[in-house]
Amino acid sequence: MTVTLSPTPLALGGGPSTYWYLTRSTGAVALILLTASVALGVADVQRWSTPKWPRFVVDGLHRQVSLLAVVFVVLHVVTSVLDGYAPISITAAVIPFASSYRPFWLGLGAVSFDLMLALAITSMLRTRISHRAWRTTHWLAYACWPIALLHSFGTGSDARNAWLLWLSIACVGVLAAAVMARALPDFALHRRSSGAALGAVFGFAVFLAAWLPGGPLAKNWAKQAGTPTSLLGHASSLRTSAAGAGSGRPQP
Amino acid sequence: MSARAGTGLRRGGSHHLRVNPIDCVAHGMCHELLPEQIALDEWGYPVIGDDPVPPGLLALARQAVQTCPTRALLLERRRTE
Repeated sequence: MTVTLSPTPLALGGGPSTYWYLTRSTGAVALILLTASVALGVADVQRWSTPKWPRFVVDGLHRQVSLLAVVFVVLHVVTSVLDGYAPISITAAVIPFASSYRPFWLGLGAVSFDLMLALAITSMLRTRISHRAWRTTHWLAYACWPIALLHSFGTGSDARNAWLLWLSIACVGVLAAAVMARALPDFALHRRSSGAALGAVFGFAVFLAAWLPGGPLAKNWAKQAGTPTSLLGHASSLRTSAAGAGSGRPQP
Repeated sequence: MSARAGTGLRRGGSHHLRVNPIDCVAHGMCHELLPEQIALDEWGYPVIGDDPVPPGLLALARQAVQTCPTRALLLERRRTE
């Protein structure tokens, strides 16, 4: 199903729709909020506090920031569907790999969104479900984040723009620090799982460094990523007609 | 929340905090939120008296119960004594 809700075609010569700007900006803000949420979650579970930042403040911030992240991801999903330039259906935004537009990379976004919903719902029901069920589900946060980042690189048309690249690198740095702060103090006690966590962080960083230059940062990424040919042609004609708009549309 | 606490009191019930010592791992957030009712021992575990929670502190007591990371803090309502 590739039916889009009230498609908003580009105004002739007028550049991309407002939704297009909204979906890119809400996506970037969601990445910042998700990073902050994981960092605060680690600070919370590691019992970090100061006299001016007691634990319940860290805990409360973690909850509020996470909820705000969900709100921004919902806005990100809704605006990308409403934009209508790329054929993204509401089903493809929720069901992984059901999209005709960059199926794999959009699918990662859907997986990440679903994981986020699971985290949010179990946290709202935390006092009503078993503690173990909540805790087990909460570990998914560590899967949700890298999947969201890969979606950002693979689908995001701003991947080659310096501001998003530096933002992403900063977020990877914050997350790596957070995972280390979580895993290192436990290293003596849980050698295997702490080692695996540290290995995963290192492996992810190495993977990004190896993959990005030939992948999302390469010129032919839009084609490689599975953008429908009709859009590729459209994008190149758009680029000439709306040159200088700085739209960052997927380019062939 | 405070409205419900009010009706509870009018019915003659009282609210008491209790800790499940098996689940508690001494995060100490309950003490941060409600030092009036919850003290900490030298290892950081809560020490809670049997006094009823005053109506003015009920909202904070509920927040402490919600915040407890291991859900070890309980707020019980007792009928008339």
